[in-house]
Amino acid sequence: MNEEIPVDGVTRPWWEATRERRLTVQRCLECGHRQHYPRALCTGCGGTALDFTDVSGRGTVDSFTVVHRAPRPGLETPYVVARVRLAEGPILLTRLVGADPSAWTCDEPVRVAWRPLPDGRHLPVFAKE
Amino acid sequence: MTAAIAGAAESDLGVTGKSVLALQSQAVTRALADAGLTLRDVDGLATAGVSRFPAAQVADYLGLRPAWTDSTSAGGSAFEMYVARAAQAIDAGQCSTVVISYGSNQRSARSRSLGGAVEPHVPEAQFEAPYGPLYPISYYAMAAQRYLHAYGAEREHLAEVAVAAREWALRNPAAYRYGAGPLTVDAVLGAPMVSSPLTAADCCLVTDGGGAVVLTSLDRARDLPRPPVVVLGYGESTTHTSMTGDDDLLRPGSFASGRRAFAMAGLRPADVDVAQLYDSFTITVLLTLEGLGFCGRGEAAAFVGDGRTRPGGAFPLNTSGGGLSYNHPGQFGVLLLVEAVRQLRGECGDRQVQGAETALAHGTGGVFSTHATVLLGADR
Ligand SMILES: [Zn+2]
Repeated sequence: MNEEIPVDGVTRPWWEATRERRLTVQRCLECGHRQHYPRALCTGCGGTALDFTDVSGRGTVDSFTVVHRAPRPGLETPYVVARVRLAEGPILLTRLVGADPSAWTCDEPVRVAWRPLPDGRHLPVFAKE
Repeated sequence: MTAAIAGAAESDLGVTGKSVLALQSQAVTRALADAGLTLRDVDGLATAGVSRFPAAQVADYLGLRPAWTDSTSAGGSAFEMYVARAAQAIDAGQCSTVVISYGSNQRSARSRSLGGAVEPHVPEAQFEAPYGPLYPISYYAMAAQRYLHAYGAEREHLAEVAVAAREWALRNPAAYRYGAGPLTVDAVLGAPMVSSPLTAADCCLVTDGGGAVVLTSLDRARDLPRPPVVVLGYGESTTHTSMTGDDDLLRPGSFASGRRAFAMAGLRPADVDVAQLYDSFTITVLLTLEGLGFCGRGEAAAFVGDGRTRPGGAFPLNTSGGGLSYNHPGQFGVLLLVEAVRQLRGECGDRQVQGAETALAHGTGGVFSTHATVLLGADR
């Protein structure tokens, strides 16, 4: 969906895991808080010792929108942008795939799927459970 | 010391063919003339959306060397924030006369983009932009989708916000849609879908425009030609920038900013005679009505459903026609203040709310990222 998604020192482990199609979130080693996107500190306690932990890839649709006008060239409309609330808590912005755009509702269960990126990384998207 | 708004004005609106700084100059000079003041009286300046150093840029253009400036960058709510900062600066004696101004030529310059501008170093560039959300529309669309789902509301309830805004705009000769005729619920629902459930008619206008207000102490404002509009209270809340940064789409920062503003003013929502709530999208209004306590959570759909916010209704809302039908120059916050001031002065002609003594202006910026509420009152 995008040619060159940037990466930085804090987020690199998250992106590297996507090469193996592993979805991770950051975990605070001091208070156990899980967060996404990855940061240099824990928003729960301010701690700076964090690692990445695999998550189940299951979640629910918090909300979604069918986009009918592309914000940039190369995107084919319509497509479904969504907030997915992972079973482990954090919320991801993502796409819903594998069903007609009109076939989605809030709160329905979904499971992670993967879209390959040209550089070997993968982008997590979600499909019906 | 209490602060007051002593002058208010719009720049040219619509499709102007003017530069940002020309629109700024119009707004400032007209607001100062309204206040019975001149540029020489100005020792404080707050503005945004001009360049890298907005206040310095406008000060340079106007030939000012202000003792106090603010360019807090918060999108559409910044101007309500400036009222708070200016009142504090005047109270502290740092300056005596503040101009809050804005101008945009986004329609003439065709500078608006559907995806917004995501800087490559922010997390959204990695974790949101790849999915192609429209910025900011898709966030508000997701809030609207969640709203319909959680509260059993219908798209018709969203549409009523746009219909009511048009009714007001038909009474405002400065409105972009003045003379466009009434808008129907069916027309809103049938407009091209942009980011479901929001159609083009659920979205604010894209126009040129601008405005300015002049603040000084209430004591001094009483010696100036226009009736002072008193700053009664203010409150803010800044919650997130990313589209996943707020856990609950249906509980935006207006809940906190409104509570803070009402507490400072010693007022309750029922005391407000006329409200100017940022209407970037129809859903913005429903959630802000709930956030500010004009109705309970999940009740805004029913609250607007009986024409309550239309002209002649019990709750006059966005009496200029709002961002949906009057003007939306990218950051609408200053024009919320201008309309609130005019209502409290009784200058609004066919759209005047009779006897309005207390007004509320609520600005929203980004993707419900920033919120600022200002309560204003007639000096009676
Ligand atoms: Zn922690």
